[in-house]
Amino acid sequence: MGDSTMNDPARHGRRTVLKGAAVSAAAVTAIPADANAEPADATGGGVVGTARPRLEAQGKVTGGVRYAADVKLPGLVHGALVVSTVVRGRIRTMDTAAVLKMPGVVGVVDHTNAPRLNPQAGHFFGPDGQLQMLQTNEIHYSGEPVALVVAETLEQAQAAAKALKVTYDELPHDTEFRVDHPKRRPGNPIFGPDANLGDLDAELAASAVVVDQLYRTPPETCCAMEPHAATAWWEGDRLQAIDANQGAFYIAGVLAALFSLPMEKVRIRADHVGGGFGSKGTLGPQLVLATMATTLLHRPVRVTLNRNQVFLTTSGREVIEQRVRLGADRDGRLRAIGHEAVLAISPLADFVENCAEMAKSSYAATAIRTRLSVVPLDVLPPVSVRGPGNTPGSFALESAVDELAEKLRMDPLDLRLRNEPKAGPVSGVPFANRKAVDCMREGARRFGWAKRDLRPRRRREGDLLVGTGMAAVSFLTLALPSTASITAEKNGTYTVSIGAADIGTGARTALASVAADALRVRPDKISIRIADSDFGNAWAASGSLGQASWSWAVTSAAKLLRDKLSTRPPLPVSVTADTTPEIGAMPHKERQSYSSVFAEVTVDPATGEVRVRRLLGMFAIGRVVNPLTARSQAVGGMIMGLSLALHEESARDPNSGRHINADFAGYHISAHADVPDIEADFVPDYEPDIASGIKGVGEIGTAGTAAAIANAVWHATGRRQRDLPIRLDRALEDLARQ
Amino acid sequence: MTGNTRSDISLRVNNVTRKLTVDNRTTLLDALREGLDQTGTKKGCDLGQCGACTVLLNGRRVVSCLTLAVAADGAEVTTVEGLSRNGQLHPIQEAFVRLDGFQCGYCTSGQLCSAVGMLAEHRAGWPSAVTGDVSPDCPPHLDEQEIRERMSGNLCRCGAYPSIVRAVVETARKEASR
Repeated sequence: MGDSTMNDPARHGRRTVLKGAAVSAAAVTAIPADANAEPADATGGGVVGTARPRLEAQGKVTGGVRYAADVKLPGLVHGALVVSTVVRGRIRTMDTAAVLKMPGVVGVVDHTNAPRLNPQAGHFFGPDGQLQMLQTNEIHYSGEPVALVVAETLEQAQAAAKALKVTYDELPHDTEFRVDHPKRRPGNPIFGPDANLGDLDAELAASAVVVDQLYRTPPETCCAMEPHAATAWWEGDRLQAIDANQGAFYIAGVLAALFSLPMEKVRIRADHVGGGFGSKGTLGPQLVLATMATTLLHRPVRVTLNRNQVFLTTSGREVIEQRVRLGADRDGRLRAIGHEAVLAISPLADFVENCAEMAKSSYAATAIRTRLSVVPLDVLPPVSVRGPGNTPGSFALESAVDELAEKLRMDPLDLRLRNEPKAGPVSGVPFANRKAVDCMREGARRFGWAKRDLRPRRRREGDLLVGTGMAAVSFLTLALPSTASITAEKNGTYTVSIGAADIGTGARTALASVAADALRVRPDKISIRIADSDFGNAWAASGSLGQASWSWAVTSAAKLLRDKLSTRPPLPVSVTADTTPEIGAMPHKERQSYSSVFAEVTVDPATGEVRVRRLLGMFAIGRVVNPLTARSQAVGGMIMGLSLALHEESARDPNSGRHINADFAGYHISAHADVPDIEADFVPDYEPDIASGIKGVGEIGTAGTAAAIANAVWHATGRRQRDLPIRLDRALEDLARQ
Repeated sequence: MTGNTRSDISLRVNNVTRKLTVDNRTTLLDALREGLDQTGTKKGCDLGQCGACTVLLNGRRVVSCLTLAVAADGAEVTTVEGLSRNGQLHPIQEAFVRLDGFQCGYCTSGQLCSAVGMLAEHRAGWPSAVTGDVSPDCPPHLDEQEIRERMSGNLCRCGAYPSIVRAVVETARKEASR
C-alpha cells in the first residue's frame, strides 16, 4: 500500500467511523459499515480506532504504579502546610521556635527565610501573585500558605504544623460577589474581542418573542482524587521533582522562572497523575514549597496537601452570573443573542472564562453581542475547572434556548435546527467540519426524543414527576506546538518520547496507537515515555488540546524517521519533530468539537430530590483513536456535568469570608448512587487540518450536561432552575400551591 | 509528651507477617504506605470521606485512614497488592482492565477492595439501604441499584462509575456460576 492512501484523511475518517461504531450495536445500525476498512495487522493498520485497554492498566489495578506521593528516596523528609485562617491581614507573630523543638522537626519555611521569588513568574494570563508564597507577612485570601513545617516523619510534620501558633492583624475583606460591584471591569481579552454584530437592542425590540434571564453558577472546585503532591530534591545543581501536574514541561518553565533558574537546571516528571481537571494545570503550592524546603534543608522533601488544603489552595471556578437575552420571530428564527457574563477573580492574578464563546458560534442571528466582565475579590485566584467557559456558559445559553422554545411552543430540537449557522455567525469564517446537527439528530433518535410531549408536568410515575431535556454544545479545538522524538532501536522496537501527560485520559495508550499507525508497525513494537520535562516542549493536558497536539508531533516524528530509515542508517537512530511551523500554517477556520446531551430526570416534589435516570451524549470529536478510553472520557465528563448540576457548591461564609465546606463531607461530588448507566457515542468526524484528524474529548462532556438536566427538571415540574446546583430547597415544591 | 509514643506491632499483610514499630498516631494507611512501602493503597482525603484507602481488615472493608495501626495489631490485612493470586488477576481486576473501570487510577485500589468486600457482604446475606425485603430468608438480589448503593463510599472524580458497576455485575455473575 502506497503512502498516498495511508495518509489520505478521508480513508482514516472512514476507518474511525467503523471502529468507533463497532463498540456499540446501536451505532452499527445508524452508520453503514465500510467494506474498505481493515482489521489490525502487522503494519499497524487498524490500530487507531480500535478499543484497547490502557498500557498502565495492569499497574493501576494491582497498585504497582507510583504517583507523586508514592516515591521513596533515602533521607526523605515530610513537609506539612500551615494556612491562613484570616482572609486579609498581616502575620503578627509566628512561634516557629516552639515548633522547632518538637520531635523530628528539621525546619520551618516561612516569610522570614523562604527563598526570594521572581514576581514576574506566572501562567497563561501573566504574572500570578498566588505563586508568591511566603514572600511577605501579608495575607491575601483565606487558606493562603503561611508556613511549611518539615519533619522526619509525616506524623511529626502534621503534629508540628498543627501546633504552630500564628497570630494575625486582620484587615477588612471583600469576598461578596455583586454584578454592580464598583471594581467591576471588562475581562481580559485573551479569547478575542467581544461580539458586536448588528444592533442587539433594535433586534430585541423587533422580536415577537424575547427571553431575558439571569443564570448563576456557584464557586466549584476540581476535586481530583489525588491530592496535590510533590517530591523534590537537588542532584548537584539540578532540581529534580516528581510532581502531580498536567504538563511537566510547562510546569518546569514556570518553576524555573519563579526561582530564577535556567530551564535546563530543572527537571520535572509526572508519570502517573491522579486526575487534574484544571487544578494541576498550573504550578501548585506543593511544588513551590517542596522546592523551597529542599533548597533550604538540603534533604529530599515531599509535600502533600491534605484534602482541606486542596480546596483552600488549589484552583477552582469562582461565582459567575450570566444574563442571556434571546429574541426571535414567531417561526423561531433568531434575531438577537445577547450573552453577558460577570465572574469573580482575584486581584493577585488575571483570569477570565470565555462563557460567551458559544453565543458567538452556535446560532445564526442578525445581532450578537457578548460581554465578559470580572470583579476582583479577596478570594483564592480562580483557574480553569474542566470545560472553562462553555460549562457555565452553556448552562446559561442552552437553558435560555429551552426557555425560548417554551415561549414559542416549539420543540427545542427544532428551534436549534432552525438556527443552524452556515459559517461562523460573528467571525464569518467557515467551519472546518461542523457536526452539531449530526449529534443532535442521532442523539434524538437514540433517546426517543420524537415521542416527547412539549408541555411540562405531563408525566408522573407514582409520586415522582418525570421530564426530559436536551442541550447542544461545542468546544473550541485546535493543536498547539509540541515536540516528539522517536528512536528506532537495534532490536526492531521504537521508543517514542514526548512530554505529554496522562492524568487519566488514556494519552499514553492513544499516543502509542498513533505512533504504531504512523510508523506502520504493531503497537507492541512501541515503547512510549511521557511526562518528563527533559523531553522538550509539549502542550499540557489542558484545554482538551493535548491529544491533538501530541499526536501531531508523534505523526511528524514518525514521518521523519521513516524517511531516515529509508536510507538504511546504522541503528539506533533518532529523530525529533517540532510542529511549530505546521501549526502556524493552519488555515483560519471555526474549529470545534460538538455534542448533544439528552437527560431524563425524576423530581420528588415532596423532598425536592432530583435524580437523573437517563443520560445520553452524542459526540463529534474528530477521529476516535481509542473508543474505549474516549468513551470513558465522554461519560466521565457528563458525570462531572451531572455533579455540577445537582451537587457542587463551594460555600463562603459572608462574615468571615472563609470557605466553609472544604472537604468531601461538605462539598458533594456525585457518588455511585447518583449516577445511572450512561450512553456516550461518536458520530463520524474528522478534523481536516489537524494531523491524525483528532479533536478534543476531555471537556466537552462536562459542558451541556447541566443545561440538559435543568431543562429536564423544568419539563418535569414546570419550574425553571436558573441557579446551580439544583439543590433540594430549590426543587422542593410548596405542595399547598400545586 | 510522654516517653512511650511508639509501639511494636505485627500485621499480616497479603499473607505475609510484617513486624514494625509505629508512632502511636500512625494510621493503618500510613503504616502500609510509609512503613511497609505498600503504596498501592491511596490517601484521597485522610478523613474517611472518599474511600480511596479502603482495605480489607480481617476480611471486612475499612477505610484505613480512620484505622489506627496499633488498633490493627495482629490483624489480617488485604490491600490491592494482595488481590491477585499466583500472578493471576482477581476477576474484578480483570474486569476493570477490560471494561476501563478507571481513568486516573487513584481511587481504583479502594474501589477494588471495596468491591471484593461488598461481594462477600452480599454473599453473607447482608441487606443495604435500598434492599426492599430485609427478612433473613430473602437474600437481596445484587442488581445495579444495590451495587451503586453499596459502593457509594468510594468516590471517583473521573466518573468511571458506570464501568465499575458493570465490572462488579460481571464479577458477581462469575462468582455465582462457580
